[in-house]
Amino acid sequence: MSEKPFPIIDAESRPFWQGTRERRLMIQRCTACRRHFFYARALCPSCHSDAVDWVTASGRGTIYTFTIARRPAGPAFKGDVPYVVALVELEEGPRLMTNIIGIAPESVHIGQKVKAVFEDATDEVTLVKFAPV
Amino acid sequence: MERKAAIVGVHDTPLKDGIVAAGGTVLQIQARAAKAALDEAGLTLDDVDALFTAGSWGIPGPGVFVASTLAEYLGIRPGYMDGTQIGGSSFEAHVGHAAAAIAQGACEVALILYGSTQKSDASRTLGARGAMLNSQYEAPYGLPSPVGAYAMAAMRHAHEHGTTPEQLAEIAVATRKWAALNPAATMRDPLSIEDVLKSPMIADPLHLRDCCLITDGGGAIVMTSLDRARDLKQKPVVVAGFGAGLSHWGISQMPDLAWLAHAAESGKRAMAMAGVAAGDIDVAEIYDSFTITVLMSLEALGFCKRGEGGAFVAGQRTAPGGDLPLNTNGGGLSYCHPGMYGLFLLTEAVRQLRGECGPRQVKDAEVALAHGTGGVLSTAATCILTVA
Repeated sequence: MSEKPFPIIDAESRPFWQGTRERRLMIQRCTACRRHFFYARALCPSCHSDAVDWVTASGRGTIYTFTIARRPAGPAFKGDVPYVVALVELEEGPRLMTNIIGIAPESVHIGQKVKAVFEDATDEVTLVKFAPV
Repeated sequence: MERKAAIVGVHDTPLKDGIVAAGGTVLQIQARAAKAALDEAGLTLDDVDALFTAGSWGIPGPGVFVASTLAEYLGIRPGYMDGTQIGGSSFEAHVGHAAAAIAQGACEVALILYGSTQKSDASRTLGARGAMLNSQYEAPYGLPSPVGAYAMAAMRHAHEHGTTPEQLAEIAVATRKWAALNPAATMRDPLSIEDVLKSPMIADPLHLRDCCLITDGGGAIVMTSLDRARDLKQKPVVVAGFGAGLSHWGISQMPDLAWLAHAAESGKRAMAMAGVAAGDIDVAEIYDSFTITVLMSLEALGFCKRGEGGAFVAGQRTAPGGDLPLNTNGGGLSYCHPGMYGLFLLTEAVRQLRGECGPRQVKDAEVALAHGTGGVLSTAATCILTVA
């Protein structure tokens, strides 16, 4: 049984993964243009200011798009099919990739309101997934 | 451009059931393709002073410096080289870059090379590697790559515009009709819309027959100045326009999953440089990794308006005899897809403009478009080719 690809946590991503372990969804905000963004970057991807801060997101969002994986992304995901991989648009604006859980895949739809749930994957890594509100 | 550039030789590696017919390593395949394309032009490897290539073989290892490895293997010492790697659209970029280099006099004879033995090696995968840097935010969620990302775009396009699975299937069916006319194509049996819809769902809403093949493949393109081209063996095909665009790496970072903004910019630049509009294109070769790739590219390139791609492809418009001859060799859906298909968009466009395509020949083809897509709708590059 091969292992699922877990994040190789680095200096830039550590606050995010530290956040998920503490059940908080950490994203960044540019203090110049005030836009939120995800994932963490040295420069704001909108205005390219280097004045970026970490903030805690509400964890609320809507499903922007999704697919139901009928074939797994490699052997490690074989036992999970069918599963939903989605892009969730957070209330704050940015989108992130995630799984939608706690609902039958066939019932998932674009525009659905969802909230972050935190799932411990290993001793070091907690993933943020989303479930219907 | 100061000096016009022309394509003077092309070659596709012959396949049998999706496997390189003559066998061989990924280097042998490319060496044979180089020789065949140069022979066709009436040139030799001694004439080549520029090498353009992209590959996904030999990594980690000699494929990291892909141009160096090929130059070493071929025994050439090019003074101009380009290893632009933007996935399936790399070769449209190479042709554009080669045209600019030839126009400036930076090189005289450019060789563009590609090879893949992914089917023989059973090595096709874009996913599940070390989840480092930006991939650490996507890979843990198990999106089948690349199909899952294209499925997400198709899902969003359907949500915004009502695009149906039947409309997507129209593209696969029309492309198969072209493949039936191409003896080199891997899949030539008739395909119906019902067949597509009944094929296994891979990642909703994309069925198996919405997806490109997985094959080996290789090929080569030879370019030089139009002036020199006039003395060579083939009818020259002019590179009249070029554009490219980068959007994102991961699908979560794509700004709008129902619109290919970067492809629209790429197409606009290429057409403006060539002085043509979508309506002037006699034959279109548009990357078909998935049916949705084609549908969204048609919108971005201005063949129809945003959101109207589904209606545009209905009624087999892109099939033989339809209004828009599209992917006339059978495309990635039915001819071959060795991982980065973009080179074959160009070789087919060239053959159509030379008028050597037999039963699949588009009558009086004078202006062709080759539009590549790479990654997960991540990159685009467009070439407008014309008869001299």
